[in-house]
Amino acid sequence: MSVKLTEEMLSALPDARGHFGPFGGRFVSETLMDSLMTLEDEYQRLKKDPDFQAQFDKELADYVGRPTPLYFAERLSRETGGAQIWLKREDLCHTGAHKVNNTIGQALLASFLGKKRVIAETGAGQHGVATATVCARLGLECHVFMGAEDVQRQSLNVFRMKLLGATVHPVESGTKTLKDAMNDAMRDWVTNVDDTFYIIGTVAGPHPYPLLVRDFQSVIGRETRRQALEKTGKLPDALVACVGGGSNAIGMFYPFLADESVELYGVEAGGLGIETGKHAAPLCAGRPGVLHGNRTYLMEDENGQIAGTHSVSAGLDYPGVGPEHSWLKDIGRANYVSVTDDEAMEGFRKLTRVEGIMPALETAHAVAYAIKLAATMDKDQTVVINVSGRGDKDINTVARLEGIEI
Amino acid sequence: MSRIEGVLKTLKGQGRKALIPYITAGDPHPDTTVELMHTLVEAGADIIELGVPFSDPMADGPVIQLACERALKHGTSLRQVLGMVKAFRSRDSETPIVLMGYLNPMEAMGYEAFADAARDAGVDGVLTVDLPPEEADEVAPLFTDRGLDAIFLLSPTTTDDRIRAISEYSSGYVYYVSFKGVTGAAKLNVEEVASRVSHIHELTALPVGVGFGIRDAETAAAVGQVSDGVIVGSVLVDTIARNQADTAQLKRALTDLLQPMREALDSLSS
Repeated sequence: MSVKLTEEMLSALPDARGHFGPFGGRFVSETLMDSLMTLEDEYQRLKKDPDFQAQFDKELADYVGRPTPLYFAERLSRETGGAQIWLKREDLCHTGAHKVNNTIGQALLASFLGKKRVIAETGAGQHGVATATVCARLGLECHVFMGAEDVQRQSLNVFRMKLLGATVHPVESGTKTLKDAMNDAMRDWVTNVDDTFYIIGTVAGPHPYPLLVRDFQSVIGRETRRQALEKTGKLPDALVACVGGGSNAIGMFYPFLADESVELYGVEAGGLGIETGKHAAPLCAGRPGVLHGNRTYLMEDENGQIAGTHSVSAGLDYPGVGPEHSWLKDIGRANYVSVTDDEAMEGFRKLTRVEGIMPALETAHAVAYAIKLAATMDKDQTVVINVSGRGDKDINTVARLEGIEI
Repeated sequence: MSRIEGVLKTLKGQGRKALIPYITAGDPHPDTTVELMHTLVEAGADIIELGVPFSDPMADGPVIQLACERALKHGTSLRQVLGMVKAFRSRDSETPIVLMGYLNPMEAMGYEAFADAARDAGVDGVLTVDLPPEEADEVAPLFTDRGLDAIFLLSPTTTDDRIRAISEYSSGYVYYVSFKGVTGAAKLNVEEVASRVSHIHELTALPVGVGFGIRDAETAAAVGQVSDGVIVGSVLVDTIARNQADTAQLKRALTDLLQPMREALDSLSS
């Protein structure tokens, strides 16, 4: 029972308290409230400030390298034998993933607010690298919190962050992954709130983060819309993006929400299979709860304790998801599905061998689902995959899975 | 009048300050929590803040985080915590109990079911760390309708307008977080706390309890001088961690910590 969304409805969301229907909000301890309210006010002001917007656009063009291409994957389409598959090449952004669209926006905010110290959490390390990069660019002190397990899994990105001048703090508490990194970043923020700007990497967290991350990432969908009209003469029939916290997916989906004909597919990490419980798919198999400052779908046990997650991809290994996705699921505007670790690996190999484009393991989830989807569609239809990141960082993981020592 | 209000009123009449210890329920083991609660009362506690363990305690430092992990290892659930309060009430019908924790375990249980069960168990107040008044409009009335005090935090960053608004929502007492940081950090600045608390007293008629950074008789007395009560958490939880193998020794250690604080607070009134 999909709801027809109008531009008017969309512009009213989130509401003044940061709610998307029953989701979102601002569930934090009192010490952070003042900072979040100030951030919201300043962002609403800067959003309308031509100087800020001009600088943001300039950074996206000259530093990030936008617009990124919309590429027709001709061989992949032919092999799949259904709809035309197009790739939005966010992997070609500076630093190799879409994350930098948001970090450059938030780092500019930090500079406009006069904050000299930046903190960030990271899972796969892409957001950490993107944050360390823009901090180097703008001369900001940078601290990145990363689960100790992810530090192991993504040692290459850890080294990149250090080269960029960031301090990486391994987090040993809890499950030692992204959620624990976010806990520790919040703990740092509450301690150093006067001089510190927290650059959250995904569309989760307390209001206004889901709003501002969406706004900064929406450049993906705006470009895709324009490019699709130029290159194919029509809007795509389906958009496919992977969803961990969901920043690349919301960036792709948001400019299309009012286009009823465009089907939206968010692909979660099915891990070893939804039925095994070892996955990271809160929208497919979780229920609403409150974590990290917002109400959203979560993976939790019957007592409300947050459950451990599993995914081959560190960037999707998170028990929550952005509140706007929870809302889009409940109103039926977007479809949320999952693919397993094995299917994602298959998608990784396929895109690498057939198109010479090596996707991040996160992105490989979207590739795997899009291939299945395209096969069921007509030849005159088009599917766009958001290729959110490149796979160089995952080489060690892929080699290990294939039993190869590098 | 709620049990919390009654106790604080009596203390005020005597010119005394409230001693409010915090422990995490289920730490070191669910079977010892009730016994430890009685120990706290015997050592001089006026009100007990009983922590509900949560897997992701974002506002807490490593000491309470580890206490949550110990409690969760034994599967301590919110329902079990309510069972502990009920068991405590069979021997103590006077000491107010405030449940302190994070929102998600309550949301998972269902707010109405939780509020009913909390009242039936003999809980007196609820303090939810990640529930600011802006998000509490549906939850807080469920508590107050059942005679449970809704206790909210104030912090060094809370503006005057918010202090007034939060006080409107609160009953029992307000909890002033003495510094910007997580529980267990050593950042207490007594002069700063004194000036903030006296300012808060100008804006609200509610008693003000102060927590974060109180670790011994000296800091308790210094903060007690300017507030209506002191809340002591991490130092007790750390004592539990260090003495978890031997319950008798643990009870002695908790008593040895709390009694001097009690005496120091009471010496303020004489």
